[in-house]
Amino acid sequence: MDAWEELVTSALLGTDRRPPALAGATAGDAPVALLDAAALHTVRRRAGLRPGPAAEPPEPAPEDARRPLPEPARRRLGQLLAGRAAPAPSGGRRGAAPDLAELLPQWLVAANEHGYKAPASALPALLDAARARTDLRPQALTLAGPRGLWLARLNPEWRFALRGGGGRAALPDVRDGDTVRALWEEGLFAERVALLASVRAEDPAAALELLGSTWAAERAEDRLMFLDSLRAGLAGEDEEFLEAALSDRSRNVRSTAAELLSALPGSALSGRMAKRASSCVSLDRTEGAVTIVVEAPHECDAGMQRDGLIPTPPTGRGERSWWLGQLVEAAPLSCWPARFGGRTPEEIVALPVADDWQGELHAAWCRAAVRQRDAAWSRALLGAPAAPPATGPGTSSLAERAKLLSTLPEEERARWVASFIAAHGLSEAFQLLGVCAVPWARPLGGAVIDALDIARDAGSYPWSFSGVMGLAERCLSPDATGQLEALTALPAEPEDASPGAGGYWTEAFQRLVSTLHLRAAMRDELRGPIE
Amino acid sequence: MDTQGVRWTADQVLALAPDDASRSAGSRLGTAGPWSGTGSDGRGAVWGLCRGSGSTPYRTVVDTTGPAYACSCPSRKFPCKHALGLLLLRSGDEAAVTVTEAPDWAARWLEARRERAGGARTHGAEGSGRPAAADPEAARRRAERRAARITSGARELEQRLADLLRGGLAAAELSGYGLWEETAARMVDAQAPGLAGRVRELGAIPGSGAGWPVRLLEECALTHLLDRAWLSVDRLPAPLAATVRTRVGLTAPAEGPAVRDRWLVLAQHDSSDGRLTTRRAWLHGRESGRTALLLSFGAAGRAPGPALPVGTVLDAVVIRHAGALRAELGERFGPPAPLDAPPPGGTVGDALAAYGHALREDPWLDSWPVTLTDVVPIPTDHGWQLADAAPTGPGGGGGVGGEAIPVSGPALGRPGLWRLAALSGGRPVTVFGECGHRGFTPLAAWSADAPGETVPLH
Repeated sequence: MDAWEELVTSALLGTDRRPPALAGATAGDAPVALLDAAALHTVRRRAGLRPGPAAEPPEPAPEDARRPLPEPARRRLGQLLAGRAAPAPSGGRRGAAPDLAELLPQWLVAANEHGYKAPASALPALLDAARARTDLRPQALTLAGPRGLWLARLNPEWRFALRGGGGRAALPDVRDGDTVRALWEEGLFAERVALLASVRAEDPAAALELLGSTWAAERAEDRLMFLDSLRAGLAGEDEEFLEAALSDRSRNVRSTAAELLSALPGSALSGRMAKRASSCVSLDRTEGAVTIVVEAPHECDAGMQRDGLIPTPPTGRGERSWWLGQLVEAAPLSCWPARFGGRTPEEIVALPVADDWQGELHAAWCRAAVRQRDAAWSRALLGAPAAPPATGPGTSSLAERAKLLSTLPEEERARWVASFIAAHGLSEAFQLLGVCAVPWARPLGGAVIDALDIARDAGSYPWSFSGVMGLAERCLSPDATGQLEALTALPAEPEDASPGAGGYWTEAFQRLVSTLHLRAAMRDELRGPIE
Repeated sequence: MDTQGVRWTADQVLALAPDDASRSAGSRLGTAGPWSGTGSDGRGAVWGLCRGSGSTPYRTVVDTTGPAYACSCPSRKFPCKHALGLLLLRSGDEAAVTVTEAPDWAARWLEARRERAGGARTHGAEGSGRPAAADPEAARRRAERRAARITSGARELEQRLADLLRGGLAAAELSGYGLWEETAARMVDAQAPGLAGRVRELGAIPGSGAGWPVRLLEECALTHLLDRAWLSVDRLPAPLAATVRTRVGLTAPAEGPAVRDRWLVLAQHDSSDGRLTTRRAWLHGRESGRTALLLSFGAAGRAPGPALPVGTVLDAVVIRHAGALRAELGERFGPPAPLDAPPPGGTVGDALAAYGHALREDPWLDSWPVTLTDVVPIPTDHGWQLADAAPTGPGGGGGVGGEAIPVSGPALGRPGLWRLAALSGGRPVTVFGECGHRGFTPLAAWSADAPGETVPLH
């Protein structure tokens, strides 16, 4: 035992029980002598401290060749990440200042489009943000780049970043056959999905070959995910593989294969479906007027089941109408004009349908139009935007209509929604606005602002429109501020208005304007100084 | 030259905030939305009208050379969220605040302020600037009475320590915190806040985890050393006597030499014990090479004193307290300038040697401010360490055989440690911090890629 340990033992047990072995210490002043010796030892030890041996340093983070953010954009990122930690007070009243947390996603997208890398010192906050909000992960991890992944390996709280699925993982050169094969056979699932997608983008045939090489040995849920990843860039070359998957052991794999095949125009499956569907739906001219007559299938045979039809309907639905719906949904829409004497989709949708089959038939066409991304049929099924939703063709469901809209070209989509808002106001428009391209095109932005102005004049409170307001803050083009500035003035309060509403509207419009200013500033900061 | 002076970054502005609530409230106001009539005089003053909940907007004006703030809002926070918002607006958007004529209300305040500042300067030049004590004889008697009380406090504490050692530290674990609280209260009565603070810390050691008996003995021994030093303070050499007086709790006035230098603001952080907020700011003199600690205190909810923009260089006078790192900031000349390079530093071995050297002047020092040049943060099984980067050879950064210092316990739990790791990316960085017997507490860092950018780590 060395001298210091002697002192500690003595101190711990007490000098009465364990007198310290110190020269010249008598029983009476033993504690003082011990403290003197301990003080000397402590200061000596501290003054003589030396460094310890260094541990194995971590492998340095890979170099990131991307450009650093311009200084103002870098400050902005700091603010956005700090604003995330301190969200705006909840509740109806949000004040006139923008909500920074809502702007972070689009800032990240824009920064990634410019090809910037995150400043190193912001990486912890960025990873924390991505940890808290899964919707931010892909963009946040892309911006964080290789150093972000390097850092995430050191902190268990950021392990999510290593699971893949987000950001561009480091993939081998897809032309390097051996490396690709090694990663395909030994990689983590997320790495394999990413690898398959990148090989497919480069060389679709090679991707199918890669998939086929291990297909039989994959687990059912993995087969399903791989199959689903063929959705991107689906082409005729995939038909053979998909047709084989129709005989898969797993029902989910079978039905996904059938769904993909039915979306593939000219596939054998869609031909079979066209035939089956055509035999169920025909034209009847007997009673003067032309009518669509529906004869739903009487059975769901083995061939139909192999082609993806689910024989058992959900509770509460008749078997035959259930089968009909699936047949029409999977049949190529191109078969109908021929079946109905060369009529256009608009004309077909306008035809009366006998015996209450209209709802069933139109709903199936809607699903088919979405699945086959058919703009002409979507247009027909949506009808005129100004028509009341309940009387239009197709569907009155806003969710279904939003899906149909998403198949239209961006510009047409924006125009359609703009007309819809002009006719029906904002209360029904939220879902439809959600599928419009950001930033909103001028006619759409104008329609939303006009509708908000009308809502204010009608005397409602702005928080009745908080959903649309929030969307507008994120999606309106910054160029729309000119139209908005006029609305931020406090209006004279009309007699029938809700008390105080004018002030709240002014505040809401101010927040809208300041958010747009902020977004414009963010956009310009990311562009950086013009070189 | 930029007549507007240096625009502070958002981080620098947020460092001015008295607390977290003002920081987030200020952030929300840092956009064009609520502001109108903003402007700047190009000499460091900024003003604007901020729309609040009332009908008349608040008038906010900031003189960044002070910095000093005025706002017509009723907030007792200082600076208030409007002043922070205005500065954030300026930091984020150059076009938002342009140079114009100051409106009357802002011009009046600025004029009065600049007159006062001018007056203070002339007054300061005339005399010592410090009013002489009204009655030197009475002051001397007061000091003697206080010294006598401290002496009786120190004697009492000595007695308690001896009793403790006689019965054994193991009993201290059983007796719990109450005994120490009582002793601390006795030291407050004896007007020896330094001793009271030490006693409170002694009380916390038995609950501080494995190895507490060693730590408790060390701290008891150093408290004993301080008692003995006080009891014979008259016989100590003057510098050591000054240190002992400060350690016991007698605040020495700042009467050291006033040093004008370009002071780099290395780090600033606030800590609070619920009743009192303490703001610590570290400065490093570019020419003098000296490091100074500015301490300021504020009651709960109030800002402790003017915040300094971290990562800038101040042309200013700093006046040292006797026998301590502590100093006061005196007159400042012009707005803060951007930083060009981190302070000069050394190896891990140099840092520990500097701490050891400093203990000769003040054996009660827990740590000493140092800069480590080219160190790599390394994660280990027991936390992190900072290791000297191996000299760049063909192998590059092998680190085998290099020397390292562990990161101190409290710093391991702070988010700043991850900023340091991210900044390094496994490569050498320059780190300023406090080096002591508990390890190294990193406070600021600079990477080789951006030597002018100070990354705060607290």
